[in-house]
Amino acid sequence: MGQATREAFGEVLAELIVKDQKIVVFDADLTKSTKTNAAQEACPERHYNMGIAEANMIGTAAGFAASGYTAFAATFAMFAVGRAWEQIRNSVAYPQLNVKICGTHAGIAVGEDGVSHQAIEDIALMRAIPGMQVYQPCDGAETKAIIRHVALIKEPCYVRLGRSAVDDVFNENTEFDFTKVCVLNRGERVAIFATGLMVQASLKAVKRLQAEGINPTVVNISCLKPLDHEGITEILQAHEVIVTAEEHNVIGGLGSAISDVSVAFCPIKIVKLGIQDRYAESGPFEELLKKYQLDDEEVYKTVKKLF
Amino acid sequence: MSIVRDHARNIRKNIIKMIANANSGHPGGALSAVDLITILYFEVMNINQTNLDITNRDRCVFSKGHASALLYAVLAEKGLLEEDLLTFRAMDSKLQGHPNMNYVSGVDMSTGSLGQGISCAVGMAMANQLEGNTNRVYALLGDGECEEGQVWEAAMAAAHYKLDNLCAIVDFNGLQIDGPIVKVMNPTPIDEKFKAFGWHVIEINGHEYEEIRKAFEEAKQIKDRPTMILAHTIKGKGVSFMENNPSWHGAAPNLEQANQALEELEVQ
Repeated sequence: MGQATREAFGEVLAELIVKDQKIVVFDADLTKSTKTNAAQEACPERHYNMGIAEANMIGTAAGFAASGYTAFAATFAMFAVGRAWEQIRNSVAYPQLNVKICGTHAGIAVGEDGVSHQAIEDIALMRAIPGMQVYQPCDGAETKAIIRHVALIKEPCYVRLGRSAVDDVFNENTEFDFTKVCVLNRGERVAIFATGLMVQASLKAVKRLQAEGINPTVVNISCLKPLDHEGITEILQAHEVIVTAEEHNVIGGLGSAISDVSVAFCPIKIVKLGIQDRYAESGPFEELLKKYQLDDEEVYKTVKKLF
Repeated sequence: MSIVRDHARNIRKNIIKMIANANSGHPGGALSAVDLITILYFEVMNINQTNLDITNRDRCVFSKGHASALLYAVLAEKGLLEEDLLTFRAMDSKLQGHPNMNYVSGVDMSTGSLGQGISCAVGMAMANQLEGNTNRVYALLGDGECEEGQVWEAAMAAAHYKLDNLCAIVDFNGLQIDGPIVKVMNPTPIDEKFKAFGWHVIEINGHEYEEIRKAFEEAKQIKDRPTMILAHTIKGKGVSFMENNPSWHGAAPNLEQANQALEELEVQ
C-alpha cells in the first residue's frame, strides 16, 4: 500500500511553503486530518488556523489572494465545497483569485464517519463554476505533481483528496502533463476512464481480464476540468464501448463529463460506475467500496458483461 | 469642509443620475453612506492615480456591494474612474450592478453577496500584518448585512488575529428591503455584539463630518484589535422622499423623481 493522497498533499505543501514566500495555508481545525500540520510546522507564520468557520476561511484566503498571495485552503471536501460553495463561487472564482481549495476525505472512503462527511457531489459542484479548475490525483506521486502544478498557475483550483491509503500507480520520476489524458494501458474495444482510487481498481480488474484474453484501455483522468476534449475524443473513436469509474455520484462527475464530450464529438455507449445517486453509510472503507460497487470486482464484472 | 460637502453633493447627484438612467439600482443604501465614504476616500485613504493598480495602499471593501453606485461615483469624483458613470448597469459596461475588481481599477474586491466582503477584508488585513506594512483595510457593511452568519465568523477571526489595521464601518440606517431591521430580523445591539467579539466600537452620526473624521483617527490609534464604526445614518439621505423609506432600497426614481432629487441636492 502506498500513501493516502492527503498524506502526499501534506508533504509537498510543507516543501512548497518553505520554498515560496508567497504561499499561505489555511485550515479549519482539521490540520492533523488534512495534513496541513506539516506546513504549519515548517512555516508557522504563513499557516493560519481559521477555526470551524469554512465560509470565512474561503473569504480570508480570497483576501490574501487579492493581496498577491497563493492561498491554499484545506478542510474536508464536504465542508470546503459544500458549506462554502457560494463563497468559492463569488469570492474566489468570479474574481479569478489565486486560491487552491484542497478538499480531503472526499468520497465514501472517509469510512466510519459516515454520510455527513462523505462528499459525493463535490466534483459536480466545482465543475459547474465557470473558470474553476478541478483535479483529482490517484496516488501520492500524482498528488505531489498536481499540488506543484496548481501552485504555479494563478487560476482558482479545486483538488480532491482522499483519506485512505492507496496503491502507488506512478513514482517520483513520472513526468505528468495535466493538459493531456493519461493512458495507463492501451487495449482495444473497451476503454475505462477512471479517476481517483478507481484508477487502481480499474488496473486491478484489467489484470484479471487480460488473463482471460480481454484487454481494455485504461485512462486516468486527474484533470477533470479543463478536460482534454481532443484526447478523450480520440479514445472514444478508437473503442466500441466506454466505462467510467469514479468514487462520486454518477450525476455531475467524471461520467457526466465524458458523456458531454461523447455527445458533442463522438456518440458511443457509456456505462457509468460510481455512487448510484444514493447515500452510503459508516463502515471500514474497503468494505464500503465493495458494498457500494466501487472496487475492482465491479469493474471486472461490468467489462465482462459487455462481451 | 465646504469642499467635502461639494464632493458629497456631486456624489449624491451622480448616484441619482446613474440609477435613474439605468432604471435600476440601490439608491437608499448608497445615499446613506455618502458622507462616510467621501471622508474616507478624500481625507483618510492613500488612494490616488499612481497607486490605484497596486495593493500596497489603503484598501476598502464594499461588503455591501449593492452600494456600487457610491463606489463608482466616489472614484469618479476623485478622477480615478475611466468609465462613463452613465453606463452603470448597462450591457458591455465595466460598471456592473455589483462591483467587479477585475473590470474597474480602484475596486478592491468583487462583492455583492452579503457577508462575504468582510471576510476578504480580514484576509487583506492579515496579509498586511504578515508583510508588516502600515496599510489599512476598510470594509463598508450594511446593518441588515449583520444578519449574515459569515459576518460573525469574520468578526471572530479579526479579533483573534488582532487586526488593528482593519476598520469596519456599519452603515446603520435601520432599514432593509423588507422593512425595519428590528422587525425583519433584529441584529441589534450591533455595538454590544462587536464588543463581545473583541472589537473596539465607536458610535457616531454618519452624516457629521467632524464625528466621521474623529472616528477614523481614533481607529488608527487602537492597537491589537479591530475597530468598528457604528454610523447612525439615514437611508436615502439628501432626497426628501427617499429618506427613511425602505421602498427606495432597490428601486430607481423615474425622470420626474430624479429631477426633483437633483433639485433638492443642488440647494443643500
